Amino acid sequence: MNTVERLIHMANQIATNLATDDAPVAAVADHIQQFWDPRMKMLIFAHGTDGLSPVAAAAIKQLADAQNGA
Amino acid sequence: MTYQPQKDFGTPESRSNEAVSLTIDGRNVTVPAGTSVMRAAAEQGTSIPKLCATDSVKSYGSCRLCLVEIDGRKGTPASCTTPVEPGMVVHTQTPHLAKLRKGVMELYISDHPLDCLTCAANGDCELQDQAGAVGLRDVRYDVQSTHLGQEKDHSNPYFDFDPSKCIACSRCIRACDEVQGTLALTMEGRGWDSKISAGLASDNFLESECVSCGACVQACPTATLVEKKVVEVGTPERSVVTTCAYCGVGCTFRAEMRGEQLVRMVPYKDGKANRGHSCVKGRFAWGYAQHQERILKPMIRASISDPWREVEWDEAFAYTASELKRISDKYGRNALGGITSSRCTNEETFLVQKLVRAGFGNNNVDTCARVCHSPTGYGLKTTFGTSAGTQDFDSVEDSDVILIIGANPTDGHPVFASRMKRRLRGQDGRPGAKLIVIDPRRTDIVRSPRIEAQHHLPLRPGTNVAVLTAMAHVIVTEGLVDEAFIRERCDWDEFSHWAEFVSQARNSPENLQPVTLVDAQELRAAARLYATGGNGAIYYGLGVTEHSQGSSTVMAIANLAMATGNIGRRGVGVNPLRGQNNVQGACDMGSFPHELPGYRHISDGDTRLLFENDWGVTLDSEPGLRIPNMLDAAVDGVFKALYCQGEDILQSDPNTAHVSAGLAAMECVIVHDLFLNETANYAHIFLPGSTFLEKNGTFTNAERRIQPVRKVMTPMNGLEDWEVTQRLAQAMGLDWNYSHPSEIMDEIARLTPTFAGVSFARLDEAGSLQWPVTEDAPDGSPIMHIDGFVRGKGKFVVTDYVPTDEKTGPRFPLLLTTGRILSQYNVGAQTRRTDNVAWHPEDLLEIHPVDAEDRGIKSGDWVKLASRAGETTLRATVTDRVAPGVVYTTFHHAVTQANVVTTDYSDWATNCPEYKVTAVQISASNGPTEWQEEYEALSARSRRVETGVPAE
Repeated sequence: MNTVERLIHMANQIATNLATDDAPVAAVADHIQQFWDPRMKMLIFAHGTDGLSPVAAAAIKQLADAQNGA
Repeated sequence: MTYQPQKDFGTPESRSNEAVSLTIDGRNVTVPAGTSVMRAAAEQGTSIPKLCATDSVKSYGSCRLCLVEIDGRKGTPASCTTPVEPGMVVHTQTPHLAKLRKGVMELYISDHPLDCLTCAANGDCELQDQAGAVGLRDVRYDVQSTHLGQEKDHSNPYFDFDPSKCIACSRCIRACDEVQGTLALTMEGRGWDSKISAGLASDNFLESECVSCGACVQACPTATLVEKKVVEVGTPERSVVTTCAYCGVGCTFRAEMRGEQLVRMVPYKDGKANRGHSCVKGRFAWGYAQHQERILKPMIRASISDPWREVEWDEAFAYTASELKRISDKYGRNALGGITSSRCTNEETFLVQKLVRAGFGNNNVDTCARVCHSPTGYGLKTTFGTSAGTQDFDSVEDSDVILIIGANPTDGHPVFASRMKRRLRGQDGRPGAKLIVIDPRRTDIVRSPRIEAQHHLPLRPGTNVAVLTAMAHVIVTEGLVDEAFIRERCDWDEFSHWAEFVSQARNSPENLQPVTLVDAQELRAAARLYATGGNGAIYYGLGVTEHSQGSSTVMAIANLAMATGNIGRRGVGVNPLRGQNNVQGACDMGSFPHELPGYRHISDGDTRLLFENDWGVTLDSEPGLRIPNMLDAAVDGVFKALYCQGEDILQSDPNTAHVSAGLAAMECVIVHDLFLNETANYAHIFLPGSTFLEKNGTFTNAERRIQPVRKVMTPMNGLEDWEVTQRLAQAMGLDWNYSHPSEIMDEIARLTPTFAGVSFARLDEAGSLQWPVTEDAPDGSPIMHIDGFVRGKGKFVVTDYVPTDEKTGPRFPLLLTTGRILSQYNVGAQTRRTDNVAWHPEDLLEIHPVDAEDRGIKSGDWVKLASRAGETTLRATVTDRVAPGVVYTTFHHAVTQANVVTTDYSDWATNCPEYKVTAVQISASNGPTEWQEEYEALSARSRRVETGVPAE
């Protein structure tokens, strides 16, 4: 597993485990924001949403948009 | 201070709140009801002669030496078995008593070798003392028959047994029964033939069930059971109270010294974590501290293929600083990082994370708790609001139901296990607590002398969440929740959401049985017992955290405790049993890349400002890299330098091939350790470390207890570890000027609200303090969440079971789970360099008879253990402790390298590795794998040290 593949796996794993949250997309985005270092975030933003579950993809997009907006 | 043994009050302390006043030898004394006359006398400073009594065990009344006279009573009762009564008038010294005692002593001495001058216990022998105390001057008996001249048992590597010196007081037997709870010792024979026996008469101490905790040695009043070190060195001359550096129990010891030589470690009776008990590691396995393989000079090398070159400290610091600067300039500041150690002190850990944040200029700091209890931090902070266990160890005395999940306390936390076992056995007419064990293996505590778990749920590895959810299903659907507690203390809406989830039919024990392999009726009964059996306490270990759903399992445990109201008082709670001595402290000290000390997120501007103002730097607001992320980044070529203090990631972290690839890709690996460990094979700079005996500081144990570590000898390497980090920081241009670790603690207290009231002076005064130590709780907080949760309302979190991605299949049909054994510790760097190898010289693979037979494997055979990540070889032991389909091994020996086999899968929230579930295949083997052979060659090459050419 290379680093991007591992990040995809991690994002999907987070999304699966937070699926029962009231607002899963926000919860996944918040988790990644709190625990991933900037390079990990940058790598997954650059990768896009291929291989990500819908919740994980939405969370990554939300974070990327926020970063770009900033 | 000259040597004095700790005062022995003769019988245990009474916990009664009722006071009783009496007169002893004309002096009034007031003691708690239930106190013995012997203890009351001792408390007022009167020493009644005794031999069979000691305050670690119940009174026995056999030696007849402690006789007293009591006004209004006939005869001469034994003071050890006579409880005080109001108005009692006691005489401890009368001519009649003196005559009786002298007669008793005369009989003892008539059958005891008179070799006092050459005896190892000379000067530290109660028999000798009492003979003096009663004024014995000669022995009239011409004894024809004695028990003298018996063969000594030298089999135990740490203590000798000389039956000829035994006075048959049974203190050792009672210590083994009452203090340790192993019940290994017994009295064989009668009269002159009476002899203490470990196990069967044919067993010696080493081969018996004795766990070498040392309780018998400590209890022995003569030299019958005596430390080999005392025989070799002589009796100690002074003592220093300090804290053990092995597991998370954090036992307090007296380091008993002769000059700068450690003679023995004796458990300290006033230690609040261990209450005078010890295990084979803390008591005896400290020989590594002076082991010949310790590295005492700094060493450097340009490449890992070069031999090491010894240098002076100044050169080492200058070179290290220049390398870190070179790499930072070339690759950017984020190419640097550090790992703090759960083996080091709070002060040392604090400095390493400070060096990374303030010196390296990033938050790339992590700690070995990443691979053990990081899910505890996440799970308990989410549900309760703070990353720590809720109880003190004493709390177990008030538990009615003990639920152990994913922990093996008799091996991993033996001293606390002894207290737990005492509660499980019951005492003084009080019935024992009930026991539920959730573990794939039949661990020792499931069934041991006078203990049998009411329920053992041998679940399939990886299904903790399913089992706990099924238990919650039973508790909710059968109406066993504590609604009043939940309404008052928790968020009711979140509870309702959770209750609705666990009540779903898919979460019933019957529905989940095919997944968990746990009998549904047994699980229902266990759930009912936990919910309705009185005070319910949950203890858990790495069998909970080291899973892909480790954090979920911690939260599922918290859910159960809240749902049943088992939080906020003695006897209940959620108790993580921490692996290493300072896991709690390392986490408290801001070792995680996303948190500053005190568990405050790095993105919190106010907290950051507090540190920035104190340290005079600007801090990065983004979280840094965790250990596995550092290794990924290294393989990617962007992470280039690592300062690794007191951790051996190559042996302890999962998927060894990936760890070695990451380390090999770095340009500057700095290992700061006692030995050239496995990680040092890939290091460029080696900074020699100091042992816990050579430095000052504090450790924080599993019950949040901050305890002093005191320097008893000069560091052999010349510097304490905090000094090494400070000198490195200074070489990097940081203006650090600590002159003592107490100043570091003052800084921690200044910056961390939960440590606000902590200082070395307060710790010296109190002995230890459990955080939070604040203005509201100046003496610390033994129990947390008493009136409310730290986060306000307790939070129920829905924890849906998600199967691990590590699947069994035709190629890898078995599940490997890993753990530890009593005599060894973690990666074995310390214990492998002690005589503890007598008990566990190699890692063994436990395999069920059915699986072994299918593969033609017998106990003792070499087998190949293969997973998708790698393969290794080790010897098998066939046992039904593991269920069919499950195999188990330890990871204490570098030659086995169990982590060659474990995978990259990890906890979803924290990246804590999934050590406990690896799909494997076992097959017969002729010898080491290619990896093992190559690795052995690499180790040999890597450990070469350049020898200087002598001058002509």
